[in-house]
Amino acid sequence: MKEDIEGLDTFPKLLMHHASVHGERPAIREKDLGIWQTWTWREFADEVRALACALAALGLKRGEHFALVGDNRPRLYATMAAGQCLGAIPVPLYQDAVAAEMAFPIQNASIAIAFAEDQEQVDKLVEIHPRCPSLTRIIYDDPRGLRHYAHEHLVPYDKLLADGHARLKADPAFIEKEIAAGRAADAAAMFFTSGTTGVAKGVVHTHGSLIGPSRTAAEMEKLGPDDVILAYLPPAWIGQNIFSCAQAYVAGYCICCPESAETVMTDMREIGPTYYFAPPRVLENLLTTVSIRMEDASSPKRWLYRRFMAVAGRVGGALLDGRPVSLADRMLYALGDFLVYGPLRNVLGMSRVKIGYTAGEAIGPDLFKFYRSIGINLKQLYGSTETAVFVCIQPNGQVKPDTVGPAVPGVELKFTPERELVVRSAGLFREYYKNPQATAEVKDAEGWFHTGDAGYFDADGHVKIIDRVKDVGALADGTLFAPKYLENKLKFFPYIREAVCFGHGKDQVCAFINMDPEAVGNWAEKRHMPYSGYIDLASRDEVYALIRECVEQVNADLALEPEIANSQIHRFLILHKELDADDDELTRTRKVRRRFVGEKYAALVAALYDGSPTVHVEAQVRYEDGRSGSVSADLRIADARTFPPAAARRAA
Amino acid sequence: MLSVEGVSLAFGGVKALSDVSFDVREHEVRAIIGPNGAGKSSMLNVLNGVYHPQQGRIRFRGREFRNMDSHEAASMGIARTFQNIALFKGMTVLDNVMTGRNLKMRASFLEQALWMGRARREEIEHRRAAEEIIDFLEIQHIRKTPVGRLPYGLQKRVELARALAAQPTLLLLDEPMAGMNLEEKQDMCRFILDVNDHFGTTIVLIEHDMGVVMDISQRVVVLDYGRKIADGSPEELRNDQKVIDAYLGVAHA
Repeated sequence: MKEDIEGLDTFPKLLMHHASVHGERPAIREKDLGIWQTWTWREFADEVRALACALAALGLKRGEHFALVGDNRPRLYATMAAGQCLGAIPVPLYQDAVAAEMAFPIQNASIAIAFAEDQEQVDKLVEIHPRCPSLTRIIYDDPRGLRHYAHEHLVPYDKLLADGHARLKADPAFIEKEIAAGRAADAAAMFFTSGTTGVAKGVVHTHGSLIGPSRTAAEMEKLGPDDVILAYLPPAWIGQNIFSCAQAYVAGYCICCPESAETVMTDMREIGPTYYFAPPRVLENLLTTVSIRMEDASSPKRWLYRRFMAVAGRVGGALLDGRPVSLADRMLYALGDFLVYGPLRNVLGMSRVKIGYTAGEAIGPDLFKFYRSIGINLKQLYGSTETAVFVCIQPNGQVKPDTVGPAVPGVELKFTPERELVVRSAGLFREYYKNPQATAEVKDAEGWFHTGDAGYFDADGHVKIIDRVKDVGALADGTLFAPKYLENKLKFFPYIREAVCFGHGKDQVCAFINMDPEAVGNWAEKRHMPYSGYIDLASRDEVYALIRECVEQVNADLALEPEIANSQIHRFLILHKELDADDDELTRTRKVRRRFVGEKYAALVAALYDGSPTVHVEAQVRYEDGRSGSVSADLRIADARTFPPAAARRAA
Repeated sequence: MLSVEGVSLAFGGVKALSDVSFDVREHEVRAIIGPNGAGKSSMLNVLNGVYHPQQGRIRFRGREFRNMDSHEAASMGIARTFQNIALFKGMTVLDNVMTGRNLKMRASFLEQALWMGRARREEIEHRRAAEEIIDFLEIQHIRKTPVGRLPYGLQKRVELARALAAQPTLLLLDEPMAGMNLEEKQDMCRFILDVNDHFGTTIVLIEHDMGVVMDISQRVVVLDYGRKIADGSPEELRNDQKVIDAYLGVAHA
């Protein structure tokens, strides 16, 4: 970074700096009516200033919280920045949360003003309004469908903005004074954690704790005003906030908002981002799409794809890491790049990706290598909401599929005797909002934050994470049981979408499997296997045989790792429905709530262990429209072959 | 806005419609229901000039006409969708929607061919109108997809988009929910009501799903064997013995 942003200690100051230094460069783009509309830094800053004046007139004061509910939209980010100008604290909420889930944050932070993207979000806020007496104003962006709403608290964004422009004209000094009054130690934003256990907690970050790590990481990766990112993950998630606000404000790059969730693939191809983040789940879906389409391609194309993907698998990663590769392989790879990898990157919208990050869950080694082998610099990242994301990043040239890399400069790491990773850095959150007890539980007197993740350093000093500390258990014979590790191994198969393993305190490990309906459906179609729906497909003998193969392969792998060889999966069943966040089985970030699932399906777990061949299940499901119904099915339980541990096998 | 008085239509000896009269008010959602072969589609075809009735009068916005052809109907602001989807399968969604703007293009063949003058301005204007409708019906993600590759429910929505592109004052929908699942039906209902509300379009629709008809239409005409047997609000019809005998009774037996 050439520009000097030293001394600019808050986001509004950074924003105004970019507006004055390169005001004509694009700050944010949105695809509207099929055409990308650009807002320059100057335009964006002007809108923010005006909006801030209007928000002040609505009564938003320094230190107060305000909520934002919606997808990635320029106006959402403008509102966020406008509030920050006044020293107020934005609280972004997940746009796909149901109304009841929104009530807690609003009550907890006594929120008076909320920004809603459209009718859907307004409806939810109106629904919870009786329970949230503090809420007095709902600002909405898209007026569609809202013409007949007679709710007195609704304020259209356009009207607010017009009002703001008038106020800004009348008193331009007001807002400059407010911006200047901001300090690095002031709270900049509050994120509610997804709450894998218990109630959600508001994580308070200051301007300093967000700007510091964002800047270090941006410098490490050499991000600048020429970079482009596609903002497609929920703004309520800290990662999206770091990538589309904090780092954008630090590096001055452009963020692009897709037209809708369904158009992300097309929009990505049009924009060609240079900086990209995707959780493993998204990368996996992309690869599944590619594989399915490849299987449908003509045979010469399939041959080319297989031939050159083998080359890429052999040398692609080495080339990206700058390791020596023979001239013949280099030439073969160059040919492959022309015929296969280049076009493939283009289809994925990743032709220009300089740095791609993945995090959130363990990524399958094959999946990870696939992207790296076709020349996409995908790297792993480790962090959490409390640490402002950046704790570990794999540096260029030192990328390994099973670790998350060494600590980012300025971050101190160590493991406790219980194998828990603890972190100390400038990016740590200030506190859990109104919850000093919870804060004290995770942040000790010396400032170490307890991540709750278990792992160890490998030989090169890279961090390897295996599971959550509290989930690491023991089998009845006392050997280590790390359910997440097993589940991840299962999920690396394309046919398995989710898995839940049980075994703590038991004599053997058993598992629930959630098949991937698309991959298995396609597989069934190729074999001319008729089926009538999810439940029918899931209960087929052929599908059970397919899944058993996967499970047995995992068992074979586990047999090679002495300390975990006893965790081989003895019995499994394929669940009759997909685990769903609407049924509380997954968190909003799609992590399995293992304990909840175990309790909800206690009868199934019991059947896994009592040796019965089938089990009847009747379950409540909540449909997307909020109604609930029930499904019933007879689930079969299958046995899987297990292998003697490697040591034993060698001895024999 | 539209009144139908004593319309009779026969194909040779088959009497499709006999002496049917009803009216459509500005800004309402009007449903036509009836058992199979009752003459519902024929009625719609009469309204947009595909069939010419042997007897009776049709008055649209104060103008009376007898032998209007479908082109004229379209230019007077009557648009329709078809029971068995009549889109250009090989063209993209966007192109299909743009064809709905056909009647509004004024540029000459030469201007179009040379891509200058009015042609250029018009294209931008029409594209904007088309995009607004695409946005309205939430079909952005399939904008560039050939229609033939889309699932049925989406094709129906594209057809609605094309009809809307003509900015009609009267929209005729022939079984818009036929063959849809519950969720698609709910979406379609919402879109129909949104169109009615947002663009102020008057809507006449034929539908078999009683739930849908009762939910979204303000008034309903019931046809049976080409005759009108009832006309009124959904509540009135629910208690009308003739309707129950002819239609609802059969459907629920």
